[in-house]
Amino acid sequence: MKREMILKGRLWILSENGKLFSDIDTDMIYHNAHLAVTDIDKMGQYAFGNLEGYRDFSQKARRGDLILAGDNFGSGSSRQHAVDCFKALGVQAVIARSFGAIYKRNAINSGFPIIEFPDLPDEPFNQFDQTELNLENGTLSAWDNRYQGNPMSEVARDIYLAGGLFQYASTM
Amino acid sequence: MGRTLIEKIMSSHGGGECDPGDVVWIDIDNRTARDFAGASVVGNLEKYGGDSPISDRSKTFFTFDCNVPANTIPYANNQQRIRVFARKHDLKVYDVDAGIGSHVVIEEKFARPGTTTVGTDSHLNIMGSVGAFGQGMGDVDIAYAFKTGKVWFEVPESVRVTLEGLPADGTEAKDIALAMLRRFNSHELLGKSVEIYGPWLKSASLEDCVTLSSLATEMGAIIALIPPNESVLEFFGITRNEAVYADSDAAYLEDYTLDIEGLKPLIAAPPSPTNVFAVTEKTDVKVDGVFIGSCTNGTYKDLKYAAELLRGRTVAPGVMLKVVPATRATWARLLGEGLLKDIFDAGGIVSNAGCGGCASGQIGMTGEGEVQISTSNRNFKGKQGKGNTYLAGIGTAVASAVLGRIASVHELKEVLQ
Repeated sequence: MKREMILKGRLWILSENGKLFSDIDTDMIYHNAHLAVTDIDKMGQYAFGNLEGYRDFSQKARRGDLILAGDNFGSGSSRQHAVDCFKALGVQAVIARSFGAIYKRNAINSGFPIIEFPDLPDEPFNQFDQTELNLENGTLSAWDNRYQGNPMSEVARDIYLAGGLFQYASTM
Repeated sequence: MGRTLIEKIMSSHGGGECDPGDVVWIDIDNRTARDFAGASVVGNLEKYGGDSPISDRSKTFFTFDCNVPANTIPYANNQQRIRVFARKHDLKVYDVDAGIGSHVVIEEKFARPGTTTVGTDSHLNIMGSVGAFGQGMGDVDIAYAFKTGKVWFEVPESVRVTLEGLPADGTEAKDIALAMLRRFNSHELLGKSVEIYGPWLKSASLEDCVTLSSLATEMGAIIALIPPNESVLEFFGITRNEAVYADSDAAYLEDYTLDIEGLKPLIAAPPSPTNVFAVTEKTDVKVDGVFIGSCTNGTYKDLKYAAELLRGRTVAPGVMLKVVPATRATWARLLGEGLLKDIFDAGGIVSNAGCGGCASGQIGMTGEGEVQISTSNRNFKGKQGKGNTYLAGIGTAVASAVLGRIASVHELKEVLQ
């Protein structure tokens, strides 16, 4: 599978009271009631199943979408499900001001791109704008607007390009 | 230039001379997985592990604590899948009777000061309580650690927090952790290794350190490291020279002080652990249930204190008191000393050892509108059911159970035994 460094897709903005949704924890992303599921393909249906205002996300998401959130996305538990549920739905990447530490590792290890934009304003774009995310230089753009985030770290890029931690290890 | 505690642990585990931001491969002394996510670890190893999926079986084991014994068929299947894999590869399983894995690892003295431990539990950084590195990770990372004995880690920035002064009588380690959550929220320490110092920690028990370190995850920190004091060294039977401490000239990104002089009991209201109030501000909230246990407040010392407060008192009519010892060893000690009878006689429900209220309703979920006081570490919306969960220490939890509303331990003393 070819892994692109430039991702184009529809933007799913998660907001709460006019601001980018912050502190979305892993129970909101993927509730602990469904933790016994081990088949990734079955995880998509539970994505944001416990996030106020976005419970129907799994029905409305399209393959290729990019998710946008505020601070501390994915805080809480170590569940890999909270990354895998997005992969199951074909979501290409999550963009946020910051991520929970364990979530960040889990995403990197499974080759799922996440990019931090510490200075992203609350209303960067409109819901479902077509955007372009450049993983190499960490930019997000739509229309004439362009925002600068943190480029992917070297480890994250290598694991992403390999397709996951195990695939990466086999190249070492 | 001196080194911080985490830098020294990473260096001594294969990281070499490392600075914050460096990505290093570190050797892992204890490689664990729970019943939750353990089956996915097994799945990864079956898919990618090849003929020898375990690099060192003496350092690798499973700990069942999430759903024990299994009360759903998928969990039962997952646990059995792990047992079969463990038998095949001759790995030890701390099965459904053992209790919370992170506590078992300390109890068994596997996680000694200066060691490294990983597992599929986001509160595995509780090892910070004994001056050791611990980290919860997902099933991909853990499978990789089982197979190779290593994980990659980005050396975090270190910050130092000095707790100044001594808290008031009746204030517990949990209240100090809540004071830190109130001060730092979930953002300020995000991704940091936090070293905690101060006079209160000089005389703190191992159990106090466990409680304080267990809230590092809710602070967004990588870990809250507590340099081993006398009681921790005594538990492991070692001297200061055998533990690891930061160099006196180590460089910290930030040097914080937090005044805890005269601190009184605190409580975190829904919907987050950082939504902290004085207990006295919330005494008009009526309570339906109380949960005492979890990796934050489920030790022998915690439950002994609860039993002593409950002795000769009774839980208010209509209030459920649910008690879960952290480990089987804790259970045995409470049983042997007659302390479980105090809890039972007061009207409490005592369950088998494990994660209890935090995981998939092992000792009941909360219904819509139900108010629960919990000694655990998370009160996010929907975490423990539809109800409203408040986080507090043992004294506040017991007082609230007896009085039927949020109350401080000081009020409890007015209720005669």
